[in-house]
Amino acid sequence: MRRRGIDRQRYYRGVPTAPYDLIKEITVALAVMLVVVLALSAFLSSPDEPPVTIQSWAHNAPLDFLQTAGAELQGTTVSSDYGPPYNADPTRADGDLRVGLGAAVQTLGPLAPQAWAGVHQPVNAAQADVIQPLELAAVGRPALAAALRRYQLASRAQRGRWVAAYDAALQHARVHGPLVLVGRGHYGPLNVMLQGLLADARSGALDALLTQSGHFYETNYTKPLLFLGDGAYLAGLAAQQKLAGSQWGMTNETGRYPGQAWLWLYTFWYQIPPFNSASNADLMVVLLMGVLSTLLVLVPFIPGLRDLPRWLGLHRLVWREHYRFLREARPGDRP
Amino acid sequence: MSSEVGPTQEPSPAVPGSRSWTVWLRRLIQRELPMEHLLPDREPAYVGSWVYVFGVVAIASLILVIASGVVLAFFGPQWWHVSPQGHFFNSLHFWSVQMFFIFMVLHLWGQYFAQGWRDGRAATWMVGVVVFLISVVTAFTGYLSQQNFDSQWIAINAKDGVNATGAGAFFNVLNFGQMYGLHIVLFPLLVTGLVTWHVVLVRMRGVVKPPEEERR
Repeated sequence: MRRRGIDRQRYYRGVPTAPYDLIKEITVALAVMLVVVLALSAFLSSPDEPPVTIQSWAHNAPLDFLQTAGAELQGTTVSSDYGPPYNADPTRADGDLRVGLGAAVQTLGPLAPQAWAGVHQPVNAAQADVIQPLELAAVGRPALAAALRRYQLASRAQRGRWVAAYDAALQHARVHGPLVLVGRGHYGPLNVMLQGLLADARSGALDALLTQSGHFYETNYTKPLLFLGDGAYLAGLAAQQKLAGSQWGMTNETGRYPGQAWLWLYTFWYQIPPFNSASNADLMVVLLMGVLSTLLVLVPFIPGLRDLPRWLGLHRLVWREHYRFLREARPGDRP
Repeated sequence: MSSEVGPTQEPSPAVPGSRSWTVWLRRLIQRELPMEHLLPDREPAYVGSWVYVFGVVAIASLILVIASGVVLAFFGPQWWHVSPQGHFFNSLHFWSVQMFFIFMVLHLWGQYFAQGWRDGRAATWMVGVVVFLISVVTAFTGYLSQQNFDSQWIAINAKDGVNATGAGAFFNVLNFGQMYGLHIVLFPLLVTGLVTWHVVLVRMRGVVKPPEEERR
C-alpha cells in the first residue's frame, strides 16, 4: 500500500532485518539517564548565585548608585532614552521617526521593527527610579519632602544644572563603606534627595518601592532591572563571572557550570567584526540567525547543503557495521 | 424494545464512504500508522548503529526534564532557593536539560550526516529542527525564570536582541511572570507536541536506508 510517497513494503524489500525492542530501548535509556542525572546532581549540584538587590548595590557600590540615580534624572542612562518598547522621546524628533524614538532603537537599512512595534511597557526612568520612590519615602521626612518639592518646582534648565553640578561633585566624593561624602557645590536639593534615596536603598526599602505598582502582587521586574542595568555594578559582577557579551555571554554560567552552550553560534557573531562594534549588532545577529535557522530547517531542499554529507562520506561511520557486512558478504548471501 | 444502541451490541461495520469523523480518523490511523509500525519488533539490521540511540536518549532526557520541572512548578519558583530538596530537584532539572541538548544535537548531526530527510522524510527533518529551535527558546525562558543573578544578567542583556526585532512589544524578558508562565506551560506543550509529531513521522515512514541501499 502506498503511503504518502513511501511504500514501506517496497522500500524495505530485500533489506535484512533484526529483532528490535523499542519499549525496552526507551526504558533502558530512561534508567541510564536517570542514574547519570542523579549522579551529576548529587556530586556537582547546580548554580544559584544570589540575585543583586538594590540594597546590595547601594551597600557595595554606593557611588555608582548615586551616579546612576543622578543620570536617571538627567536622562542620560540607557533606559531613560532607550526607545521602544519602553519609551519615546519626542524632543529628539527631527523628521526621522526612527531617530526620534530613542537612542537604543536599532535599524538595518529601511528595517526598523523596534520602532514599528512601538511603546508597550512605558518607563519614565527619572520618575520610576527616583521621583516616585522619593515621593513615597518623603512621607514623615520634612527635609526630604522639602528638597523634593524644591526640585519639582524648579525649571527644567535649573534641574539640569543641579544634576550636572552634583555629578561633578560626585567625581570628588569620598566613599566610606556604604556612605558617600559629597563636597560642597551648586547642586541645590540634589544631595538631600539622592542621599535619602541611598539611605532607603541601603535599608532595602527601595527594592519594594521600585516594584510597587498599586497591586498587592507583582511579577514584572522591568523597572528595577532596567535601573540595575543602567549602573556599572551589575555589569562588573557579570564580567567577573565571564558573562559579558565580549566573553561569550550567555553560553557561560555563573560558577564553573555549563551554560547555554547551544547558543554558541548566536554568541559567536558578537565576538567578530562587524558585529562586535556595530550599534545595530543585535538586529543584525538576530536576522542572521533567523536566516541560518531557516536554512537548517530547509536543508532537504537546498542543493549543495543537502549533498554535503554524501560528499563528506561520514554516513559510512554512522552505518559502519552495515557497510562492513556488505564488504564481507558474498553476493549470494544477500537476500 | 428500545432501539438505543447498548454497550453490548455489536458495533456496526464501517460503511464505505461513511461520513463519520470517527470512522475517518480510525481509518487514517490504521492506514498511516498501524500498530506494527508504531511498536515494531523488527527493524532493518542497519538500525544497530549507536547513532540511533541519540534520539532515544534525548527523549529519555526530555522525560526527566519534564518530571523534574513538574516537581519544581508544583512547589513554586522560590522553593529551590530555600530548600535543599528543592535545590536537588533544580539540579536534576539543570542536568537533564544539559543532557537533552547534548543528545538532541548529536541526533541532529547524526541525521544530517545520514541525510535522514531522504526518500520522503523531509517533514521528519524539518519538525526535528523546529523541535531544536523551540527547545532553545524554552531553555532561554527557563534561564530567565531562575530568579537569581544569572537570570538578571541574561534578561538585561537579552532584552536588546529581543527588542531590536520588535518582539519586545509582547515578549518582555524583564517580566518574570510572563517568562515563567511561558516556560512551564506554553513551551513545554510545544516541545512535547512537536517531539510526538516527530516520533510519529519516524514510525510512519520508517528509518531511511543507507545511501548505497538506495541504488540497489
